[in-house]
Amino acid sequence: MERTDNNILIHKTFHIEGGNFPNAGTISDQVKKTLKEAGFPNSIIRRIAIATFEAEMNVICYAKQGELSLFITPHSLKVVVDDEGHGILDINLAMSEGYSTADEKIRELGFGAGMGLPNIKKNTDEMILTSKFKQGTHLEFVVYLDRQETHLPFE
Amino acid sequence: MTVFDIINLFGLQVKAGRDQLHQAITGGYASDLLSDVIAHSQKGNIWVTIQTHPNIVAVAAMKELAGIILTGGREPDKETVHKAQEEGIPLLVSPLFTFELVGQLYEKGISGMNPC
Ligand SMILES: Nc1ncnc2c1ncn2[C@@H]1O[C@H](COP(=O)(O)OP(=O)(O)O)[C@@H](O)[C@H]1O
Ligand SMILES: [Mg+2]
Repeated sequence: MERTDNNILIHKTFHIEGGNFPNAGTISDQVKKTLKEAGFPNSIIRRIAIATFEAEMNVICYAKQGELSLFITPHSLKVVVDDEGHGILDINLAMSEGYSTADEKIRELGFGAGMGLPNIKKNTDEMILTSKFKQGTHLEFVVYLDRQETHLPFE
Repeated sequence: MTVFDIINLFGLQVKAGRDQLHQAITGGYASDLLSDVIAHSQKGNIWVTIQTHPNIVAVAAMKELAGIILTGGREPDKETVHKAQEEGIPLLVSPLFTFELVGQLYEKGISGMNPC
């Protein structure tokens, strides 16, 4: 990450259970709520909510379990997700729009468009994705609070 | 055109979000893949889909959509209705299938080309 920001104001960690589709979306909802209560502008909340939703869905779809942490600092919102699961063999391929290994059951629910990781990239200022194939995946992304004017792709 | 207008024009059933019907519709998006809707829908769009689970409300709220129309007479899940009520997202049902409903919406001037 470009700037180390050690002054953490809020740190929350959530557990995500792989395969738990009925609960899908509850973590990103809680992150959204936390940011609303903290008084962040909607434009910022929307970007983190979208990225968190996609990250949460990927743990539910492709991992046994995972942990998602939200860090609020004076200059940034950062989310870190670690999971134990399928892992990703080819990160570049996974990042390309339309690529998906989602099975029939996942697609039926409307996930598996192959656009989750690209959506995370588009909505955040920085994104790091690493993985050990068949072991797990590490994802982190940041939205900087003092840069938002230049980063509103959907406005 | 507002959400209220299309409810009347197309005889849509209102399942949730009754106090948010005054919102102007900026255009439309039709898709059953949530990440696709996240990527391509625009604020104020009406979203046409066959998905009925609560995450459609999460997506509509994140993208500030004007409402969701379920096609083919599909019933939303109970939790979906509850969540839509909570988030203030109009949740509507049409007996028509997606192709037909979108065609009729288009005829009334709701476009998928996004004015920027
Ligand atoms: N946490 C993860 N663990 C394992 N594989 C993942 C994870 N996240 C993404 N992937 C892989 O990357 C692909 C693309 O992910 P994404 O862009 O979110 O699209 P989708 O989830 O719709 O397939 C997935 O189909 C999957 O193969
Ligand atoms: Mg995904």
